[in-house]
Amino acid sequence: MRRSLLFLPGNNPGMLGNGDTLDADGIILDLEDAVAPNEKDAARILVRNALQTLHYKACEIIVRINGLDTSYWQDDLEAIIPAGPDIIMPTKVSGADYIHELAAKITAVEKSCGMEIGKTKVLPLLETAVGVENAYPIAIADKRIIGLFLGAEDLTADLRCKRTKEGQEIFYARTRLVMAARAAGVDAYDTPFTDANDLEGLRKDAILARSLGFSGKTAINPRHIDCINEVFSPSQADIEYAKEVFAAIEEGKKLGKGAVALRGKMIDKPIVARAQQVLDAAKAIYGGDIL
Amino acid sequence: MSKLANSLEEAIRSSGLKNGMTISFHHHLRNGDHVLNLVLDTIAKMGLADITVNASSLFDIHMPIIEHIKNGVVTGVETDYMSSALGREFSSGILKKPIIFRTHGGRPSDIINGKSHIDVAFVAAPTSDDMGNCTGKIGKSACGSLGYAFADAACADKVIVVTDNLVAYPLTDFSIAETCVDYVVQVPSIGDPRGIVSGTTTMTKDPIALKIAKYAVKCIQASGLLKDGFSFQTGAGGASLAAAAYLKDVMLEKKIKGSYVMGGITGYLVDMLEAGCFQAIMDVQCFDIKAINSLQNNPKHREVTAEHYASPTAKSCIVDSLDAVILGATEIDLNFNVNVHTDSNGYIMGGAGGHSDAAAGAKLAMIVAPLVRARVPIVCEKVQCISTPGSTVDVLVTQRGIAVNPNRNDLKELFKKAGLPVVSIEELYAKAKEIVGDYVPVQTSDKVIAKIIYRDGTEIDTIKQVKE
Amino acid sequence: MNLIKKAIAGTLESSDIMVTVEPASTLKIDLKSSVEKQFSTSIKNTVLAVAKKMNITGANIILVDHGALDCTIRARLETAFLRATKEGQA
Repeated sequence: MRRSLLFLPGNNPGMLGNGDTLDADGIILDLEDAVAPNEKDAARILVRNALQTLHYKACEIIVRINGLDTSYWQDDLEAIIPAGPDIIMPTKVSGADYIHELAAKITAVEKSCGMEIGKTKVLPLLETAVGVENAYPIAIADKRIIGLFLGAEDLTADLRCKRTKEGQEIFYARTRLVMAARAAGVDAYDTPFTDANDLEGLRKDAILARSLGFSGKTAINPRHIDCINEVFSPSQADIEYAKEVFAAIEEGKKLGKGAVALRGKMIDKPIVARAQQVLDAAKAIYGGDIL
Repeated sequence: MSKLANSLEEAIRSSGLKNGMTISFHHHLRNGDHVLNLVLDTIAKMGLADITVNASSLFDIHMPIIEHIKNGVVTGVETDYMSSALGREFSSGILKKPIIFRTHGGRPSDIINGKSHIDVAFVAAPTSDDMGNCTGKIGKSACGSLGYAFADAACADKVIVVTDNLVAYPLTDFSIAETCVDYVVQVPSIGDPRGIVSGTTTMTKDPIALKIAKYAVKCIQASGLLKDGFSFQTGAGGASLAAAAYLKDVMLEKKIKGSYVMGGITGYLVDMLEAGCFQAIMDVQCFDIKAINSLQNNPKHREVTAEHYASPTAKSCIVDSLDAVILGATEIDLNFNVNVHTDSNGYIMGGAGGHSDAAAGAKLAMIVAPLVRARVPIVCEKVQCISTPGSTVDVLVTQRGIAVNPNRNDLKELFKKAGLPVVSIEELYAKAKEIVGDYVPVQTSDKVIAKIIYRDGTEIDTIKQVKE
Repeated sequence: MNLIKKAIAGTLESSDIMVTVEPASTLKIDLKSSVEKQFSTSIKNTVLAVAKKMNITGANIILVDHGALDCTIRARLETAFLRATKEGQA
């Protein structure tokens, strides 16, 4: 379950120490934009140590590494992968070749430290026009890829337009990303909402993202996590409906019916799949009691 | 007739202050106070010595008291709270007699029942007439409520009002009446407004403090106390203040009409009053300008005396009716005893203030704190000194879990049912140790540098000097 | 490994430690910490352990600590030592 993913600066020991208590489903330890060039080495070692010692149990660990156009990314991987992060997030991913080069390096590092090959997943950050255009080839480029993540700040700079709260300018990029991700059978994660204090605006933005099919949303401000979690959690109504779906199927089995209807609609495979997703998410969020 | 003295020295002389006597001060001018220093300087100049100072609180601005102690002018200190730089000085053992620490409820109780005899009380008053009718609500050095001055004014042998805003007789909106005042002294300035009150109290942005605040409010909801008639007290620090803000949102959403908020009052609590969440503010101390303005203008916002607030020997006091209180701590041990008298290194910092009083009175007393703060765990095996006994502390709320006192299984069940992350305090302690690593606890010598007097007058613990 | 120049890592922020290292013939530790009483022994042991692991036998190590956890102290030490042994980097 990845409703919310929270960025944490990689060179900040105070924040790293408490990162797992902020209720985000995943934390993104940032070695890239949050770290000055002359501190890349320090951040890398700090994040590695934090991963080895702090045992973040309650959330998934993502590490955002420096771009393949820098001299840092290989050192990043060599230091971090043995410490066992769940996911690596490369930035400004432009196409499948980028992923191939990255995956090869990850494999080499996993091999050299005796890890299971393929254990480390990849969540590419698409934040350029060419990246968004290549969303599908990127999504299918490697088995390690578990989703696509949209970065609207850099993207709008590339598109030469203004980034707005309403988000009309990134509407195509959002739906394109979701389309490519789902076509590849992976998830899609939405860009952060950048106004720390506008919680109304955040809610609108998160609801929009969910309605477009995103699986979750990233945040740069911990205050946004509760709202994002709420918006991307199944509602009581969703859960009730999902339970009804399975109850109707059970009922149908008992009566020997082949096809079953619920609330005037035939229950087909997509409905069952969606209902199962809802119950799985509900269980993860609320515990077994809810069912 | 006029009680106006020509100078502070003249008033002191007329009061008959002699060596060995006790003088008292309130702390409503906080870290902007000029009066205590002025009085001690004057007393020193007059050649007096061996004076005991009973001040409801002492702040870093009162650092000159150290010189007076070294010179023998001051030989005894009694207070409810001491700030960190001052506390550090006292921790080096400059005072021969142990400091006497009381609570905000115990201090007026002892003054009123005679245990704490005050020879001369100095009442710094932002506004006064020449007969001593005075108030803190108006004046260039306004401080709002004078809650901690009342017992002194009523019971001291002699009372000297010190003001920088003399008005024509009679001051009608007085807090302290002329009937107990002996002399009035006018000075150019009783204090620095910037140190007296904060401009605006702003809410913390620290995500950990905010999370703890959210948990605290969820605890209050789960306890069943949050319904019409609910009463509440909170501190002014990080998570405590944020909790007030979250509580307001919940109360507005669920249309809950609380009865009163009390304590040190900030603009956040005024917001709650004005939004209709509560029907009254019982104000023993104002922390910011919004609080002072509300006290002046809103009849639902009442000044109360410290005795009314928290004295256990009054026929009743406001903490007796309190539903929930949110408090801080330096450390809390496995028996839920709380230390608010020292910092983590064993140096004097703080004091009970109203901590023990509120914890004793409230139906739900919660300590809020991050589990570890800059490698210092909040939970320890045994506190360095007991400020508030564990029997009165119900809950510890941290960002890594909520511990409930075993004597409150009722609360534990309610919290668990509400899905709150309840853990034992031993588990929190183990987690804290895991995070910070092995450490050597602070070592103290046998020298007693302070006595901690609980609100009922008994000595609950002592503070020993730290070994360097 | 020998230090070839002075190097600094870490900050004076709460929960961090600022480590300054410079070449010397033996290991010398100068520690100031907000949690000196509780952790000075532990911190000094950590410094010695990291120096040993990195094969550093001579260095002046100055630490100004504001409650950094052990993993942070190790990270800052390692970073400072690496910076002090690299050519052409601050």
